[in-house]
Amino acid sequence: MERGGYEAVIGLEVHVELKTASKIFCACPNQFGGEPNTHICPVCTGMPGVLPVVNQRVVEYAIRTGLALNCQIAPFSKFDRKNYFYPDLPKAYQISQYDLPICRGGYLDIEVEGERRRIGITRVHMEEDAGKLVHLGTIATTPYSLVDLNRSGVPLLEIVSEPDLRTPAEARAYVERLRAVLLFLGVSDCKMQEGSLRCDANVSVRPRGSQALGTKTEIKNMNSFKALERALAYEIERQLDLLEDGGCVVQETRTWDEGKQVTLSMRSKEEAHDYRYFPDPDLVPIVIDDEWVERVRATMPELPDAARQRLQSCYGLSAYDAGVLTATKDSLDFFDACVALGGEAKAVANWMMGDFSRLLNQRGEEIAESKVTPAALVRMLEMVREGTISGKLAKAVFEEMYASGRGPDEIVREQGLVQISDEEALAPLIAAIVADNPKVAEDYRNGKDKALGFFVGQVMKATRGQANPQVVNAILQRMLRGTQ
Amino acid sequence: MTLSRQEVEHVAMLARLKLSEEEKERLSSELGAILDYVERLEALPTAEVEPLAHVLPMHNAFRPDEPRAPFARDEMLANAPQALDGLFKVPRIL
Repeated sequence: MERGGYEAVIGLEVHVELKTASKIFCACPNQFGGEPNTHICPVCTGMPGVLPVVNQRVVEYAIRTGLALNCQIAPFSKFDRKNYFYPDLPKAYQISQYDLPICRGGYLDIEVEGERRRIGITRVHMEEDAGKLVHLGTIATTPYSLVDLNRSGVPLLEIVSEPDLRTPAEARAYVERLRAVLLFLGVSDCKMQEGSLRCDANVSVRPRGSQALGTKTEIKNMNSFKALERALAYEIERQLDLLEDGGCVVQETRTWDEGKQVTLSMRSKEEAHDYRYFPDPDLVPIVIDDEWVERVRATMPELPDAARQRLQSCYGLSAYDAGVLTATKDSLDFFDACVALGGEAKAVANWMMGDFSRLLNQRGEEIAESKVTPAALVRMLEMVREGTISGKLAKAVFEEMYASGRGPDEIVREQGLVQISDEEALAPLIAAIVADNPKVAEDYRNGKDKALGFFVGQVMKATRGQANPQVVNAILQRMLRGTQ
Repeated sequence: MTLSRQEVEHVAMLARLKLSEEEKERLSSELGAILDYVERLEALPTAEVEPLAHVLPMHNAFRPDEPRAPFARDEMLANAPQALDGLFKVPRIL
């Protein structure tokens, strides 16, 4: 079998927890973590006789998300019950939306290796999250399970894509793009590690050019972008291996095992759930008129694509730089704040993508958690431009700003890092270094330009990097020629 | 109309009910009779009728996104058959 003759067909179901103050059907606080069972009430624990009431902000966040994903907003939608038994689901049904979801028929544009592709969005619907099971010891030996219902009733959006994705890299780009849009909208904090953004994939393979779909498997438990890419790559290879050996793919749900880096069968189609959906009689339908949609549209923030274009056209940044800076809302806000304070756009971009992002990565921190303020970065850039500190010193100053949150002026003053530009201070020092190295000075006069670099290095060493390199260069050239 | 034995077993499985042979037999005809009764609706002309999502002529019953103090944990766990360290304790789930 020729593998090049096959292509993968991937569709993604993404669940995001909405960043509301309260849960979707009761007024319990919507907060991650907390002591077990301290954010619960009779409604989110499924006590008999209670009535759910919809949090209006959940509906507004759903409309906002639908608009950002170019969906039609349903004028009429409703909630349904999805029935299944599991101890993290106290009512034995999840309130979800089945045949009349709030948003349908949108798209999201992604870019992979410079190629732009439009990925269809089938639907976006609202539902409630389930609680969490806590196991004592290993899952195989523990005699019982423990249930924490803090997460039960946290509002979720499920965003379902069309099977338009063809490679693991496209799937990753889609989720990254979707995450950026949701972060810009401010509807979710989208933390894959904490489970506020979760992703399941439907995967099949088929001969290239075929319109028919192969038998699909559903992959769960991919908790990072890397896991998503690897799990899909593994699953596509596994399916191709099966076909190559003359076998066929079995429709089933598989889980990604991060430790073993394989997908494992969870349940087959025969055991697949029959959810017996029906309209929830406790909840009345949702009617959304044009006026409501327009009201939400009027409050829509700038989205990543628009921001990227603005950065390119207003500040002349490259497409790549603009893409990196608009990857998160916090990063764009930081950049905009710096420019508003008079920071030079290109320099701000370079520092944000260079030293700043390196330190954030090293410490596993987000830009919003950092102690560096836009004002401090702009002031530091000003000191570089004025020649108070050299670019090299600036790196050390920035590290200190990052570590302590102090301003650049204070750091420079305290550590005596001010750049030495005074010719009279530098000249005797340089003269001494030249005198100590007559051979190198000779080389320079004989046309070996590299020798100049040696002297600059020595001067920098002697001044702990504080000498102004331009001034040093000028003095050196004058001195070396002058003594000829 | 009688529900097939397979259908009865499937519905029982979904509802996590363990039925005896005699119960399955009885339910086949009892559930069948209920379906027959509901089927009488088929006789009504509904082509012109909009599907009904809710029996009440209401829509958009919302509450503002304002959190209130949750219940005390002890109170929430008071009716749990078993609890441990503030968690509901249930039979092991694989």
